[in-house]
Amino acid sequence: MKIPLIYNIRSLLRRPATSLATALSIAFVVLTFVGMLALANGFQAALVETGREDNVLVMRKGADSEISSSITREQASILRGYPEFAKLPDGRPIATADVYVVVAKPRVNGTETHMPVRGVSPEAVAVRDEVKITAGRMFEPGRGEVIVGRGMVGRMRDTAIGDKLRFGQQDFTVVGHFEAGGGAFESEVWGDAESMMAVFRGPVYQSMTLRLQDASQFDAVKARIDGDPRLSFDVKRESQFFADQSNLLSNVLKFIAFFVTTIMAIGAVFGAINTMDAMVSGRGREIALLQTLGFRPRSVLVSFLIEAVFLAFVGGLFGCLLSLPINGIQTSTTNWQSFGELTFAFRITPQILLQGLAFAVVMGFLGGLLPAWRASRQVVATALRKV
Amino acid sequence: MTRGTLIRANLKRRLRRTVLTVLGLGVALFLFVTLKTFLHTLTTLGDVGSETRLIISNKLGIVFDLPLAYRARLSTMQGVDKVSYATWFGATYQEPGSGFFANFAIDPDTYFALYPEIVLTPEEKQAFMADRTGAIVGVRLMERFGWKLGQTVPLRGTIYPGEHRFTIRGVYHAGKKGFDQTSMMFHHRYVEELVRASGGGSTAGWYILNLTDPQTAPGIASAIDGLYENSSSPTRSQTEKAFNLNFVGLYGNIGFFLNAIGMAVVFAILLVAANTMAMSARERFGEIAILKTLGFTDAAVLRLVVAEAVVICGLGLVVGLGGALIAFNVVQFDMGGFIPGLSVTPGIALVAIAIALVIATISSLVPAWQSARLQVVEALRFVA
Repeated sequence: MKIPLIYNIRSLLRRPATSLATALSIAFVVLTFVGMLALANGFQAALVETGREDNVLVMRKGADSEISSSITREQASILRGYPEFAKLPDGRPIATADVYVVVAKPRVNGTETHMPVRGVSPEAVAVRDEVKITAGRMFEPGRGEVIVGRGMVGRMRDTAIGDKLRFGQQDFTVVGHFEAGGGAFESEVWGDAESMMAVFRGPVYQSMTLRLQDASQFDAVKARIDGDPRLSFDVKRESQFFADQSNLLSNVLKFIAFFVTTIMAIGAVFGAINTMDAMVSGRGREIALLQTLGFRPRSVLVSFLIEAVFLAFVGGLFGCLLSLPINGIQTSTTNWQSFGELTFAFRITPQILLQGLAFAVVMGFLGGLLPAWRASRQVVATALRKV
Repeated sequence: MTRGTLIRANLKRRLRRTVLTVLGLGVALFLFVTLKTFLHTLTTLGDVGSETRLIISNKLGIVFDLPLAYRARLSTMQGVDKVSYATWFGATYQEPGSGFFANFAIDPDTYFALYPEIVLTPEEKQAFMADRTGAIVGVRLMERFGWKLGQTVPLRGTIYPGEHRFTIRGVYHAGKKGFDQTSMMFHHRYVEELVRASGGGSTAGWYILNLTDPQTAPGIASAIDGLYENSSSPTRSQTEKAFNLNFVGLYGNIGFFLNAIGMAVVFAILLVAANTMAMSARERFGEIAILKTLGFTDAAVLRLVVAEAVVICGLGLVVGLGGALIAFNVVQFDMGGFIPGLSVTPGIALVAIAIALVIATISSLVPAWQSARLQVVEALRFVA
């Protein structure tokens, strides 16, 4: 026979301070857990959601990032001639050959980081149609103009419309801001490739992105590029390339999240054991009474376990609630794989919240197990004698 | 019966609770000290940088090179007594990503004179100088990959395509605490030849200058930057210390997050500890009533409660701070080179001690207040 849940809830309410303190300590563990996973997740999401399945990105063979790659004009024009790539109505291939560099620039708070700067072909907005101008206008090639991604605006100096950004020996005027569906391009400054070649590394591109007529042609195109003796390229889907760039840092962040919260959880479980222990020893008479009424030891065990899990669950729920305001807060850090600054937002998903709650339930279970077992093994006569 | 026996008896009566509380405090303090130490290590990367060495890099950022031709001009600068240069190589060992480590090319004829921190035996140094594809490797990096002296290691090029094979001719140790021991260095000429083969000009990633007088650093730095301001490769000259600090800035608000987590940890342990103390006190209403009946004053009862809290927090401190000191300062645990070597500073240890004291105080406040307020008659009724 089961002991009604209301008995447990009333028991917890009878010791409000103790119950609250235990639930709060679990809430803090869950808050930390959710917060740190939301950070890792937000960072990963910004990169995973960048790029399209049906875009192909090529870099020089062996280059692990755009920074270390180089592609010549000749190679770029060979690739543009491939018939597999989609064309604009006027016959130009939907392709962009990009100059990509990271430039030392100050954040608004004065600390320095590396601002990613991308010089693109005129067709770039067709290749990456997620890019939309949100303020001002598109840059005009050759006029010393750039547009700044939404993620950089207000975080880096000189990014307002009309401001001047100095690259090398030339000033570039910011003429517009753009968004790119929350992806990594939003953390970049875009200008035209020729101007960027002139101020940075000379006549060489770093990567090329081309639109397939059909996403399923990827393997065939990759095989053809691999077999082309004039080209020595690594070929990836654009979406895959950016997703891969998140691996290093998001793994580190997740590792830290689990390391920190595991240690915190050990402390919280110890606290829960203490609380439940006190609950059990303070209720010797009640337990004896329950047993005398005919409840089996197993029912007592389950009842106390449920009490502990319930308390932890409430704590977990509260921790999840506390964590919600974190969602959407913008932050930025250097992505060591691209070497550029990346702005992203904390992202809490239902999955992370469920993980947090599951974590809380496990803590409650572990904390309640031993005391509940002791409660169930209590000898009725001894307990009643205490009375 | 002395007060000491009373405290000991109280702690022992619920031994499991005492042990759990101590361990709970211990793990939380350990975590707090670890986070703070990690943060401290990140923000003081610059401290191992010298103030008599100037680093000259491209003003555009560290991924841009400088012409090797700057070398001659830099060595004639007033107040500069030694010049060397190096170039980031960025190759990986085995897998990209997990095989990442610092590897760069140096000019062996001049580099060692500028970096007395790099300790090599004369034989090893000579063997390295004589081998064009030789390399020297930091002792921690050797341990990480399990390399042996004399072994040839293949690296995958990222910036410089293809496979590169280097023979380990020397294993260096740090001559100064905190100096990096996780890098691989090889001949700058090796890189120059690669660049020349692909039709590029001779470049250096950065120059290192030794100054005769550190006081002259700002003047010399601005003189050099002025010299190249309008060239195609403008420079940025900083002391090594300032240069290193730039890397700290790249982490953004990581420090803020670590601090926030540290505060959450402290708050959570505070709750747990205060709760335990309150529970113990509540269970002992009867006893306290008896003590008061026996003539114990409120102050005496307070001393008992506080002493118990101090013992518990003190033991927790021993577990947490002691554990961290053993892990980082004695065993020098660094996750196999994954994180920089951590060392708990006296300042962080003091903060941990202060936190333990605060927790002891706050957690004994409630029981002390309750027992002071306690009406003996009422409390004795509790016993029944």
